[in-house]
Amino acid sequence: MATLANIVWLGTKELRSFGRDYVLLGLVVYSFSLAILAQAQSSSQELHNAAIAIVDEDRSTLSRQITQAFLPPHFKPPVAIAERDIVPALNAGTHTFVLDIPPRFQADLLGLKPARLQLDIDATAMVQAGLGAAYAQQIVADEVARFVGRAGGAAPAPVALVARIAFNPNAETAWFTSVMGILNSVTMLAIILAGAAVVRERERGTLEHLLVMPVTPFEIAMAKVWSNGLVILVAVGLSLVLVVRGLLHVPIIGSIPLFLVGTAAYLFFATAIGLFLGTLARSMPQLGLIYLLVYLPLAMLSGSNTPLESMPPWLATLLQASPTVHFVAFAQAILYRGAGLDAVWTRIVVVSAIGAVFVVAAILRFRKTVALS
Amino acid sequence: MGPPDLTVARVEHLTHRYGRTVALDDVTLAIPGGRLVGLIGPDGVGKSSLLAILAGARRLQAGRATVLDGDIAQARHRAAACPRIAYMPQGLGRNLYASLSVRENVDVFGRLFGQEPAERDARIAELLAATGLAPFADRPAGKLSGGMRQKLGLCCALIHDPDLLILDEPTTGVDPLSRRQFWELIGRIRARRPAMSVLVATAYMQEAEAFDWLVAMNDGRVVATGSPEGLRRRTGAAGVEAAFTALLPQADAPPSRAPVPPRAAPGRDRPIITARDLTRRFGAFTAVDRVSFDILPGEIFGFVGSNGCGKTTTMKVLTGLLPPSEGEALLFGQPVAAGGIAARRRVGYMSQAFSLYAELTVRQNLALHARLFRLSPEARRARVAELVAQFDLARHVDQRAEDLPLGIRQRLSLAVAVVHGPELLILDEPTSGVDPPARDRFWALLLDLARRQGVTIFVSTHFMAEAERCDRLALMDSGRVLAIDTPAGLVARCGAATLEDAFVTLLERAGAGGTGAPPQTPAITEARLPPSGPRTDGIIPVSPRRLLACARREALELARDRVRLAFAVLGTTFLMLVFGFGISTDVNSVAFAVLDHDRSHASRAYLEDLRGSRYFVETAPLSGFGDLERRLARGDIAAAIEIPPGFGRDVARGRPTQVAAWIDGARPFFAQTIRGYLSGVHQRYLSDPRRFPAKADPAPQAEIAVRFKYNQDFDSIFAMVPAQIALQLALIPAIMMALAVVREKELGSITNLYVTPLTRLEFLLGKQLPYIGLALVNFALMVLLAQFVFGVPLKGSASVLVVGTLIYVTATTAYGMLVSTFARTQIAALFGTAILTVLPATMFAGMLVPVASLSGLGRILGRLFPMTYYLPVSLGAFTKGLGWADLAGSLAILAVFVPVLTAAACLAMPRQES
Repeated sequence: MATLANIVWLGTKELRSFGRDYVLLGLVVYSFSLAILAQAQSSSQELHNAAIAIVDEDRSTLSRQITQAFLPPHFKPPVAIAERDIVPALNAGTHTFVLDIPPRFQADLLGLKPARLQLDIDATAMVQAGLGAAYAQQIVADEVARFVGRAGGAAPAPVALVARIAFNPNAETAWFTSVMGILNSVTMLAIILAGAAVVRERERGTLEHLLVMPVTPFEIAMAKVWSNGLVILVAVGLSLVLVVRGLLHVPIIGSIPLFLVGTAAYLFFATAIGLFLGTLARSMPQLGLIYLLVYLPLAMLSGSNTPLESMPPWLATLLQASPTVHFVAFAQAILYRGAGLDAVWTRIVVVSAIGAVFVVAAILRFRKTVALS
Repeated sequence: MGPPDLTVARVEHLTHRYGRTVALDDVTLAIPGGRLVGLIGPDGVGKSSLLAILAGARRLQAGRATVLDGDIAQARHRAAACPRIAYMPQGLGRNLYASLSVRENVDVFGRLFGQEPAERDARIAELLAATGLAPFADRPAGKLSGGMRQKLGLCCALIHDPDLLILDEPTTGVDPLSRRQFWELIGRIRARRPAMSVLVATAYMQEAEAFDWLVAMNDGRVVATGSPEGLRRRTGAAGVEAAFTALLPQADAPPSRAPVPPRAAPGRDRPIITARDLTRRFGAFTAVDRVSFDILPGEIFGFVGSNGCGKTTTMKVLTGLLPPSEGEALLFGQPVAAGGIAARRRVGYMSQAFSLYAELTVRQNLALHARLFRLSPEARRARVAELVAQFDLARHVDQRAEDLPLGIRQRLSLAVAVVHGPELLILDEPTSGVDPPARDRFWALLLDLARRQGVTIFVSTHFMAEAERCDRLALMDSGRVLAIDTPAGLVARCGAATLEDAFVTLLERAGAGGTGAPPQTPAITEARLPPSGPRTDGIIPVSPRRLLACARREALELARDRVRLAFAVLGTTFLMLVFGFGISTDVNSVAFAVLDHDRSHASRAYLEDLRGSRYFVETAPLSGFGDLERRLARGDIAAAIEIPPGFGRDVARGRPTQVAAWIDGARPFFAQTIRGYLSGVHQRYLSDPRRFPAKADPAPQAEIAVRFKYNQDFDSIFAMVPAQIALQLALIPAIMMALAVVREKELGSITNLYVTPLTRLEFLLGKQLPYIGLALVNFALMVLLAQFVFGVPLKGSASVLVVGTLIYVTATTAYGMLVSTFARTQIAALFGTAILTVLPATMFAGMLVPVASLSGLGRILGRLFPMTYYLPVSLGAFTKGLGWADLAGSLAILAVFVPVLTAAACLAMPRQES
C-alpha cells in the first residue's frame, strides 16, 4: 500500500516534469502526428511515379496504345528514347524501366509470328522493380489482348485464378505504414524517455537524493515505467483515433482496447529496457550512442519494415526473443486482421516477461549507478 | 616595465543581459595596468561576465570596452590582441582537456600559439618545473586535484607570455595550501614580469587583502574601487569582507552574525555516526583511505578539504549510497546497509549538486518529499506551512525551483532535507556558490536546528568562515583525515594564528598540496618571444600548424574515450550487419495452406507448381473456411488456396472453373508480391502443354522478355548493401563530428577557440580530419563485410569508389559540423543529426524510392543532400559495374558540397560566446 502510494507520487512528479519539457513534448507530438502522416504518404512500399522510357521502333497503333497505357499514379508519363540510350539511362538511374518495342511488332503479332517485347529493369531499385515488372507485364498483356480481341478474339482461359487480398482489398500502403509508424514511434520514444529520465535524475543529483529516502529502487523504477508508459499510451490512442482513422481514413477492423492492452505490456518492456540503458550510461551523450545501437536493431528487425520470412532463418529464429517482434506481430493481428485475445495472449505474456527481466536488471543496477557519475 | 598607472582596460556604459537577467548594468570602469587587480563580490553579480567580455570570449552587447588600447568588440583588434591576453575561465579546469595529460594540455596551447617544437618543449619544461607539476606531467588533467588543475590552467595561460592575465575565480574549491601556493606562484611570475597586468575575480574576501587594487561589485554594478587599504578606510571596517558588507545597500546586508551558542555539554551518548578504517576505491584509485571518526548527537561536525579530496565519497558511503570497499560505517549504531529504510527515515541529506526537482514549485517539492516520508495529509499540510514560515519561503511558495535565486534554492533544499524531522542531517557543501550574506542566513538556520531541535549535523565545506562555526572539524586531503579537533583546538595544536594557517600547516606536514616542498626556483623567461602567429598567415586563411594541433588533440581525446571510439569504429559495421540482414524486399518462404474441396488428381496437379516453388512453404491443410479465416487472422499463413468441388471434372470437360486465393493484406507490398507470384504460377500451369495441348486455331500471343539488369537473380542484397554503405557513411561520421563540436561547447573548452589565435575554420577542419580518417576505416570494414559476409563483390571501378567515398565523407562530416552549430547539448546534436540524416537519406536520396520517381519538395530536399549523389556511385561501382565515365558527374556535384557546407558551418559558428 505504502509502496503503491510512493509509486503514484513519484510517477506524478515524472508527469509534471515531462509536462514542462517542451522539447520532449514536441518530439512526442511530432512522432505520433506529422511523422505518421509523412510515413503514410510515403510511396516506399508501392509502385508510384515509376520512371519508364519506351523505345518505340514499331510506331504502330498497338505500340502507341501500349505507350499510352502506362498511367499515373503507378507510372510517370513514358519518355521516348532511342535504342542506344537504353544502357546510359539505366546506368544513370534516370529511368527504372525501359520497354523496347521492336520493329514490325504489331505485324508479327497479327501474322502469328513470334512477337517479342523487351522490358529492361534497373534491378537495384528493388521495390519498384519487383512490383513494376508485374504491373508492366499486366499492362502490356491487357493492351495486347484488347488489341487482338478487337482484331479477332481469343478464348477464355480454362481455369481462372481469383486472388483476393484479405483485410485490405486494395493493398493500400497507408494502411500498413501508418500503424507501423506508430509502433516504431512507441519503441523509439519509450526507450529514450525512460533512459533519459534516469540519466537526468543522476546528472542533477536527484537520484541519490531519492536513494537516501525511504523509497526503494523498485518504487523508483515502477514510477518511471508507469508515467512514461502512460504518456506514450495516451499518444498512441490519440494517434490511432485522430490521425490514422480521422485524417488518413484507414479503417481499423480490430479492437483498439485490446491493442492498447498489448501496447501497455510492450511499453512495460520498452520503458524497462530504457531504464536499464539509463543505468548503464555515464552521461546523456553516452546514453544516446548506446540507445542508437539498441533502438535501430530492435526497430529494423521487428518485422515492421521487412517481414521475418524474408530474413535468414537463423535470424528469424533468434528474433523470437525480441519483444518488438511480438509487438509488431500481435499489433498486426489485432488491428489488421481483427484477431482476438485468444490469438495474441501468448505473445503479450512473452513481452511482459522480458520486460520484467529488464526491470529487475535496472533495479539491481540503480545503486551502482551512483558510483558512475 | 610599463608605467604602473597606465590603463590596461577601460569599460564605458557596459550592459550585459541574459534573457531578463541583467548581469552588468551600465558599468563604467578603468582598470590600471601592471597591477594585481581583484574583482570581488558574491556569485552572480557580473564578475565573470565582465572578465569574459574583457578577454574577448563573450560578445559585447551594449557599451564600450577597450582592452590593450583597442576596441575588444572589433574582430580585428581581438585577433591582434589575443596573443597578448590569457584567460582562465571559471570552474576547475574548464578550458582544459580532461583526458589529456598535463604535458599534452600545455602542449596544445603552445601549438595554438604557433610555437616551434624546440621553443615549446623548453617552455613546457620551464612552466611545469615552476608550478611543481613536472612530476605529474603524464597524469591526465581529469585526475588532478583542484589545486593542481588550477596550476595547470595557469601553465596553459602563461605559455605565450601574455601581457594581460585574466583569472576567473582561480582558487574556488581549492584547498588552503594549494591556494596559498597559487598566489605565491602568481607573485613570483609578476616579480619576473612586472609589466604584466593580472585581473582576478574571487569570492574569497581574505585573498583580496593582498591585491593591489580592488573592484567591488554587487548586482551588476561597481559599488567601489580602490586599494584594500582605501576600502577599509572608507568604510571604517577591519577587513575587506567587512568593508564589502558595509558597502552593500542596507537591504542586502546580512544579519549580524550571531555568535555560535555553545553546545550543551557532550553527554556519554552513543555516536550517531561511526566510521572505522573506512576505505573506498574506484578501480585502482583510492578515494577514501582508512578514515575513522565519530559524530556525537547534537554536534555540528565539519568536513573540510579541497574538491576531490574524498569528502563527498565518505558522505555517500555513510548515507548508504556507496558500499565501502573496506572498514565499517555505522549509522545509529548499526551498519549502514542493515539500517535500510528505517534508518533513512531518521536522516536528511542534501547533496552537493542542487538536488531538487527544478520543474516543481516550492510547495510541490516540499509536499512530494513529505508524501515520500509518509506524513499524513494533515501532518503534511502543517509541516509544509511550518517550514515555509521557518525558512522564509512564503514569497516564493508557488515559484518553480529553477526560477529561484541560488541562496533561496539552498534554503529550500534544507527545508526539504528536514521535512520529516530527521535526527541527523548530512549536508555536502550546501553553500557552494552562495554569496556571504545568504551563507550567513543559511548557517543561522543550521545553528537553530542543531541547538534548539537537537539535530546532529554533518556538513562539508571549503570555506574557513563556515568551518569556524562547527563544533568539531575533520580535515581531509587525498582521501585521508589529517586531523580532527575543535576549531580552537586545531589552531592551538598548530600554534597558528588562524584556522586557515592551521590547515596549511597540517597540509604541509602531510606533504600534501600536490607539490611537496616549494617548487624549484622558477625561471619564467623574461625574453620576449617573437610574436606568435597572427590569426591569418598571409593569403592562406589557415595555419596548417594550428589546424594540425587541433586535429592531433581531437584524435588524442577520441582515442581515450572508449565508448565514443568504439561507436566511431564499429558502429557502422554493426548497423550494416543489422540492416543488411534485416532489411530485404525479397519475398520468399511464404507460408500457405490449401483448402482442397476436390482432392482429385487434377487439383493436386494444379498445386504441384506451387508446392515446388522456392517462394512458398506449405503448412497443414485447411479443414474448412473457418480454419482459413482463423489462421489468416493469426498470421500463421500469408496465403490460402481454395480449390472448388468438381475442379477435376470441370477441367476434364473443358468447362471454365475458378480457383480462389486469399492473401493476407496486412503488409501491402508483401501481398502484392504474393499475388504476382501466384499469378505467375497460375500462368505456368495454364501454359503447360501436358495439361492443355495447343489448340488448332491459336490466338496471336506476345511474349515479354523481362531482363533484370545488374542483378539477374533480383536479390535485394545487391541493392541493399551499397545503399547501406552510403547511409552509414552519412549517419555515423556526421553524428561523431557534431558530437565532437558540441562536446566542447558543453564542457567549456570552446573558450579556447574564442581567446586563442585559432580561427573557426582551423578549429572545424582540424576536428574534421580525424573523423574523415575514421570514416575511411569504416568504409574499408564495410567493403570487406560486403564482399565476405554478404557476398556482394565490387564489379566496377575501385578507384572511383574510393575517391567518391573520400569526397562523400568529407561532405557528411561537414554536414555534421553544420548541424552542430545549432545544437547546444550533445544529446540534441546526436538526435538532431540522426533525424536530419535518416529522414532525407531514406526518403529523398534514392534509397527506397528512386530519385527519378520523386517530385515536389521531396525532389528538392533530395537534391540538397549529399547522399543523393553518392548512392549512384556506390551502387554503380558495386552492382552496376560502372567506372569513371559514368560516375564523374556525380562526383563533381558531390565535390561542391564540401566547400559549401564547410563555409556554412564556419559562418554559423559564433566567434564569441553570446
